[in-house]
Amino acid sequence: MVQTEMYVMLAVVLFVLGTLGVLLRRNAILVFMSVELMLNAANLALVAFARQWGNVDGHLFVFFVITVAAAEVAIGLALIVAIFRSKKSINIDELHQLKG
Amino acid sequence: MQLPSLSELNLGLTVPALSLALWACILLVIDLFIPRDRKSVTAWLAAGGVVFAFIANLLVYRDPGVAFMGLFVADEFAGFLNIVVLLTAFIAILMSVDYLKRTGIERGEYYVLLLMTTSGIMFMNSANDLAVVFIALELLSIPLYVLAAFRAPEERSEEAGLKYFILGAFASAFFVFGAALIYGATGSSSLPVIVDAVGRALAGEGSSLLLLLMGSGLILAGLGFKVAVVPFHMWTPDVYEGAPTPVTAFMSVGAKVGGFAALLRILLVALPALTVAEGDAVAGWQTATWVVAALTLILGNIVAISQTNIKRLLAYSSIAHAGYVLMAVAAAGTPGVSDQATRAALIYLMAYMFTNLGAFAVAMAIEKDDGSGTSLDDFKGLGRSRPLLAAIMAVFMLSLTGIPLTAGFVGKWVVFQATIEAGLYTLAVIGVLTSVISAFYYVRVIVNMFLEDGEGDPAAAATPYVQWAIYLTFAGTLVLGIIPSLVTNLSGPVALAVASLVP
Repeated sequence: MVQTEMYVMLAVVLFVLGTLGVLLRRNAILVFMSVELMLNAANLALVAFARQWGNVDGHLFVFFVITVAAAEVAIGLALIVAIFRSKKSINIDELHQLKG
Repeated sequence: MQLPSLSELNLGLTVPALSLALWACILLVIDLFIPRDRKSVTAWLAAGGVVFAFIANLLVYRDPGVAFMGLFVADEFAGFLNIVVLLTAFIAILMSVDYLKRTGIERGEYYVLLLMTTSGIMFMNSANDLAVVFIALELLSIPLYVLAAFRAPEERSEEAGLKYFILGAFASAFFVFGAALIYGATGSSSLPVIVDAVGRALAGEGSSLLLLLMGSGLILAGLGFKVAVVPFHMWTPDVYEGAPTPVTAFMSVGAKVGGFAALLRILLVALPALTVAEGDAVAGWQTATWVVAALTLILGNIVAISQTNIKRLLAYSSIAHAGYVLMAVAAAGTPGVSDQATRAALIYLMAYMFTNLGAFAVAMAIEKDDGSGTSLDDFKGLGRSRPLLAAIMAVFMLSLTGIPLTAGFVGKWVVFQATIEAGLYTLAVIGVLTSVISAFYYVRVIVNMFLEDGEGDPAAAATPYVQWAIYLTFAGTLVLGIIPSLVTNLSGPVALAVASLVP
């Protein structure tokens, strides 16, 4: 059986990759995908820990995270589409109306 | 495994929060049958839901208990914060009715979203499990993303919505990963169970301690984004400026109340015994919150000085005020002071709610229909054209500074008192000094209103409902400032309830 540490290491690597993606990517869709990667890293860690502890708290948490992530996708894509309609671009560097 | 019966779920305790969420869903359907030119009916129906929840909350508030097998706690702490949130929602609805009409964004969904985010904050006040905190956090945030962009296709509002969305989702991811690590270290996501497991993890091997520290750090960062403390504050001025003004007003109070409720409950119920070194008397997270509070106070107050737009100024001022609440949170890390500090944080939030909503309501009254007219120069001459409005705004500004006889003074007094009791003298001195700095920019608004000559006619848009919102918040600011015992008595048993939740 693969040790829990291995899964957690992988989850940490995925989480860091997601964080870097959010900070470095300029395309709103890719930034958004990086956030999803971070959430799924957390899901992996939760499932691994749930197996280690032998209870279902972690599994339940994962279901809620998946559901909420789906709701976030709906709202996020709607906002991105709205921005694309008015600006014809989803580059987040071009969002600079608000400054000060 | 025995399934719980309906009576064991204790649904009665959840009525205030659940009824609001259900009413939001029903209202979404009712709204379809309300003609386009009479959308203010939706506003009154939404306000009715808020009033119902308020009354239900007052009935539940005196009789603490747990519902949903311990996932949901209805105690005085939650009851008090629910009062703050429901008042915020009611005032925000009053502010929105005319504003939406004159800016041409009058759609019924607005009020539905407002009710949903309010119920999210109420769930957050009562959440007793990391999973429930997460769901409540999202129920709070997702409608706010939409509300911030509600003025679409206006580009500034869309930009505010997208920025808030990306950073909010980023922060939620931090929170979930932190919760996962804490679950890994303790084997449970329930806050009262975590507190027992923390002791065992501290006594055991080192890897659990590492998981606990990383997990609580990530949770602090995730909630820090929501309440806008340095270094997680970058989104605040942009989002506050771009969002429609009543949404900004609601967000500046509501999101902070929810965030601080979850923060206090997680830190005080689940992690009070988390210490870094063996034999430490104070909680290990005290130093972290202390440093963040100091940075927030300094940066928020100093950057606010150079602002020229009232919405941006109030955004930086709201960052600074989050710093004052965080002072109380840091003080709560000293055992023995935690009750007093929790009470201080709650009183501060209530005082801040009245004052800040009032300041935004006045700013909205002088805003033009196209969203311009929010510069500090637009306040010039207000003292002559609308003396009453200007005088009330002056009181709000003095209250935000913390001048005696206003609510802001009472809030700052109790927070500083708790900080000194906890022995955090440096932090208390930073708090007092930054309050003095804050007088610079608050008084500048007063000077602009009374001593400078302006052109044009400010406050053309001070419509009746906005004025009611202004009078209501003004009354709250003064009453709290003159008779503080009203609220200090009300919150008397609050902090005790937090402490006694641990079984």
